[in-house]
Amino acid sequence: MSEPLDYIKLASNKPKGKRPYFHDDPAVERVLNITMAVAGELAVMRERMDSIERLLETRGVLTREEIENFVPQDKTQEEQRQLWHAEYIGRILRIVQQEMEELQNPDKTLEEIANDINQM
Amino acid sequence: MSARNLPPVWSKIAKHAVFPETTHDERARYNFLANLNKHLAHVSQGNKIAFDKRVEPKFEKEHGRKMKDTSELKAAMEKDPHYQVWSSLRRSTMEMRQQAGRSIVLRQADDLKEKAEKLNEGKASLVLDADCKVPDYLLACDNHIMPGSYHTELIDGDVTPAANYDTGLFVTTAGLLGTYSDGGGKAITSWVKKSYPDFKPKRILDIGCGMGHNVLPIAKAFPDAEVIGIDTAAPMLRYAHARAMDLGYTNVKFMQMDAAKTIFEDESFDWVQSTMFFHETGGKSIYKIMDEVYRVLKPGGLTLHIEQPQYTDDMSLFEKFIRDWDALNNNEPYWSKMHDIEPVDLMEASGFKKEDFMQIGAKAENDLDDGSNKAEEPEDHGRSPIWNVFGAIKN
Repeated sequence: MSEPLDYIKLASNKPKGKRPYFHDDPAVERVLNITMAVAGELAVMRERMDSIERLLETRGVLTREEIENFVPQDKTQEEQRQLWHAEYIGRILRIVQQEMEELQNPDKTLEEIANDINQM
Repeated sequence: MSARNLPPVWSKIAKHAVFPETTHDERARYNFLANLNKHLAHVSQGNKIAFDKRVEPKFEKEHGRKMKDTSELKAAMEKDPHYQVWSSLRRSTMEMRQQAGRSIVLRQADDLKEKAEKLNEGKASLVLDADCKVPDYLLACDNHIMPGSYHTELIDGDVTPAANYDTGLFVTTAGLLGTYSDGGGKAITSWVKKSYPDFKPKRILDIGCGMGHNVLPIAKAFPDAEVIGIDTAAPMLRYAHARAMDLGYTNVKFMQMDAAKTIFEDESFDWVQSTMFFHETGGKSIYKIMDEVYRVLKPGGLTLHIEQPQYTDDMSLFEKFIRDWDALNNNEPYWSKMHDIEPVDLMEASGFKKEDFMQIGAKAENDLDDGSNKAEEPEDHGRSPIWNVFGAIKN
């Protein structure tokens, strides 16, 4: 077995090639990206809720009140919940990580790369 | 029936033994992203409207003349708020798609590697070469903004770049390439069968085969042929081979080598194919690769290359500009240069004869198309599965 990969960080890595910014102020780009990721996660949650509601409806095994009052029951459940949050934040703050990676390793623009590649 | 064409749910994608496990949320995330891609294809029409209604009139008023070229047009469009928000959302969607795919495959990198190894072990039909260099044009940037591109190995024996590609292509194309993402390979196979009913290739080469999704339909259609897929990225080949083994293919071989300098003998293939490959090469390499295609092709052999639609003289500056969006903003930079090359010139430079040159249009064959998506759709430039195919018979 190899060392476990820090998949949360790796999943949000910046690709090589300078990132294009389209808004006059990069802050707009940043906030929009975070917002869209949150929008995505809201959609994910909505789909999960939809599955749960449909299954509950079909089987009639749970009440809404039981869900309302649920808290983690043991260490494993607690950790699973916290890991989910860590993954979630890595995902929605992707652009901040990528800007940091760009600061560490500045890239050429794609036009420059296209010119380079044209000579390769 | 919906008023809008809906992308197929991601769970329709074909599974196989090296396909990553996914959770409910991971599938839901891909469903969201496929829908977002589809939505952005629709609102991309706003770019043309903004251009016609305000960008071009403003330019002409300020300069007292028409725009000369795409770089003037690009500079003017980049100031337009609709183009800005559309581009920003589209880039963001592509980044989210990569993040979503990588978070699926990287958490199970070891498992995927083991699954691939189990199918690949001791098989002569997978030939990796540790000395094969990834070409400089692939190292210059990460194509399709896939961090690490096709070749990076995060663990020994890594297959995650291919597994990520396999799960995500369905999302970017909103399922239009079919359950196995092989709509391109199927289309070219049907065209060849129909156009050359007597063609019985004994040996077929697919260059830049990636995860092998487009070569398998060819192997299936010509079961007596020896089919070889080559690529420089070991992770893609390991996955391609394991995938093909699990899907029951016995006539396909995957080999790691550079298409510009293969180990094959002169005139040893009846058919040399590439699918969406040349636009991911480089300005000098493209000629070397075509030289190699010519060299390994038998006299009377067929070569075909599925590519992006060519830019034509009658294409508007705006269309050329918007077709370049993916090249520069979704990291396929060489496409922004390659469309200036006439395929016939490229082929003639390697020895093919002008009169043997052919060019056709092709559209993906999609096994998910049940006829329910009937709503009219705008063309999603650079994304729609409608291609230009060029090639020749070597005489």
